[in-house]
Amino acid sequence: MSSVYALLFIVATLVLVLGLARKIVQYAKAPAPLKIPTTPAPVTQTGVVMRLFREVVLFESLFKSTKWTWIFSWMFHLGLFLVLARHVRYFIDPVWLPIALIQPFGKYAAFAMIAGLGGLLIRRIFVDRVRYISSPSDYLWLLLLLVIGMSGAMMTFVVHTDVVAVKQFFTGFWTFSGGDLPMDPILLVHLTLVAVLMILLPFSKLLHIPGVFFSPTRNQVDNPREKRHVVEWARKLEDS
Amino acid sequence: MAKAEFETPELTEFIEVPKLVEGTMEHITCFVAKPEHQEALGFPGEKVENWKEVAIDKMGDLLSRYRSFQVFLDSCVKCGACTDKCHYYLGTKDPKNMPVGRQDLLRKVYRRYFTFAGKYFPKLVGATDLTEEVIDDWYSYFHQCSQCRRCSVFCPYGIDTAEISMAAREILDSIGVGQKYCNEIIGKVHKIGNNLGLPGPAIEDTLEGLEEDVWEETDVAVKYPLDVKGVDILLVTPSADFFAEPHVDGLIGYGKVFHEAGVSWTLSTKASEAGNFGMFIGSYENMRRVSLRIREAALELGVKRIVFGECGHAWRIAYSFLNTLAGPFDFLDPDYPVPQHICEFTLNEIEQGTLEFDKSENDDMSITFHDSCNVARASRMGDKPGGQFEIPRKVIKAVVNNYHDMEWDTIHERTFCCGGGGGLLTDDLMEVRVKGAKPRMSAFKNVMEEKGVTHLAAICAICKSQFTKVFPYYGMDMFQIVSVHQLVSNAIVMNRKTPPEEAPGYGEDDDDE
Repeated sequence: MSSVYALLFIVATLVLVLGLARKIVQYAKAPAPLKIPTTPAPVTQTGVVMRLFREVVLFESLFKSTKWTWIFSWMFHLGLFLVLARHVRYFIDPVWLPIALIQPFGKYAAFAMIAGLGGLLIRRIFVDRVRYISSPSDYLWLLLLLVIGMSGAMMTFVVHTDVVAVKQFFTGFWTFSGGDLPMDPILLVHLTLVAVLMILLPFSKLLHIPGVFFSPTRNQVDNPREKRHVVEWARKLEDS
Repeated sequence: MAKAEFETPELTEFIEVPKLVEGTMEHITCFVAKPEHQEALGFPGEKVENWKEVAIDKMGDLLSRYRSFQVFLDSCVKCGACTDKCHYYLGTKDPKNMPVGRQDLLRKVYRRYFTFAGKYFPKLVGATDLTEEVIDDWYSYFHQCSQCRRCSVFCPYGIDTAEISMAAREILDSIGVGQKYCNEIIGKVHKIGNNLGLPGPAIEDTLEGLEEDVWEETDVAVKYPLDVKGVDILLVTPSADFFAEPHVDGLIGYGKVFHEAGVSWTLSTKASEAGNFGMFIGSYENMRRVSLRIREAALELGVKRIVFGECGHAWRIAYSFLNTLAGPFDFLDPDYPVPQHICEFTLNEIEQGTLEFDKSENDDMSITFHDSCNVARASRMGDKPGGQFEIPRKVIKAVVNNYHDMEWDTIHERTFCCGGGGGLLTDDLMEVRVKGAKPRMSAFKNVMEEKGVTHLAAICAICKSQFTKVFPYYGMDMFQIVSVHQLVSNAIVMNRKTPPEEAPGYGEDDDDE
């Protein structure tokens, strides 16, 4: 059974990394023929980095838009970030200091993550406009993340699993030393769903993760009068 | 005024987000372009036999040419942040007028033909085949978007529905189902030089009329030159400025400012249009063709600078795209930005002290300023971000005593579109225009009641025409919309007097006496 999971995670990691890389290359290669930053926009490259930082870390535009969605999604994303950072400890030995320091926050961040997801799910069900635009997959993503979060929190706070064995299993990946995964149902559910998420991510709306960095309305410098911007296919029109 | 077959929404004190009602606007269809309008732009005259293949191929072509299109179609997480931001949704309650609702009309087809999930699990991710009904929906709802970009301000990924609706219109054009209003107008520009199809002599006539009017009013011979070579400035202005009200009062104002600033300038027959509807239909090629007329005019006339008159989407294209489409402008004076907005020009003169004003000339009015969507969210003025908000307001405040802004969440980058932009300024879309104007009308009405504002000033030809038409639906007077340079024109003190020998009619016999 452990080798089935080992295989699953090798496949999941490959799909995630290659799938995302493929999409990122595709975005990077696609030309942006016109300057379309949503203005007022930064007039320098540094300004653009700051704008993207505020967008990615603070969700600036969402904050302007609707406070409830902002609160729930920021709770979820920040919680997820801390939880993921905490999980790094299961892949490395010795544990890096920052990861060790984050441990207590990372444990309780699970609640922020779950609460945020719950809020987003409630909003999706009860706000008529959001319900209208939702497909089955939109609910399933929230449920998937909720079950991942809750199963993880269960293992941290309620029914502990043999974490040392789990760590041996995953660190064994690097050294090909193997190790057996404890056959706890909660752990298996948790890991299965994480693998599902990794495999589906590059084919889903979770592409907003690379997407936000490539969004021309956010990542372009507002300097069209000062600097001429022409892409290759547009240049060909000039030559003809 | 013809009575409409729809109800004008009631104005409310606050902008209320309505409960959605499906299908309230699905009956909207604007006139389809005739074969001659289509073919003049390089599109098929009529709906092609294999429209489905052509449309999907075109979508693939656009995906390869526009990063925005790819990223925007992939990235939406359906968070709902945009759902209450579009003035057309707020005015019509139709969920397909929510930005994401509108995008999804196209996104569901993209997913079906271009994504793994949509190909194999269409129901799960809301993907659908491209059918006649989908095309009908596209035609209806992508002509209910004014490409104002308000949604893009609030989207956490910056998804801009304007880009999606431009792409959709380009796909529709490619299968032979274009919109009459836009395509006929672009044809006129290609052929004659402006949206209204005014030939050179008609423009000349109008300008002579303006010179006479200004002479009578001020005793100063202000020139409105056309096709004069070797002058400093080429003024490119929307053709509506030549005769529509209140646009023409703005044009009179530009002339007075140039006169007092002591610069030489000219209009051009070839570039007698600042507007460029090529953007509305998403056609880079048509937009470029229209822009090149300005370059050619500047070269032929040998000017040193290009200044644009008051027009919203024209300023977007001028500011953001002109250098790309028709540059480089290395033959112009490098000391000035190319192009310059007339408000930038006027404010610069005000700050240098070359202009004198008598603000009391505007005391019969109390003014508020409408930030035109394309100026606010797709361009800049001056050298700092946000100059597009400050500069027109500084100009207005220099010429009027009474000024009040509308509510903070309806101006600057959050401004509401007039409801008539993006190729919707046509009578066959009057219902969309009136309902879409609701949020702006609410904010204007509030500032009228709370601050005693009487007039709305704008720097966009489309806004001005739109408000002239929709004000009466909301119980307001059509003359409550004014041009910014009309206010300048009212207040400017004409200090450069005309010597008698240069006066019009000097040396001619006066037959009247």
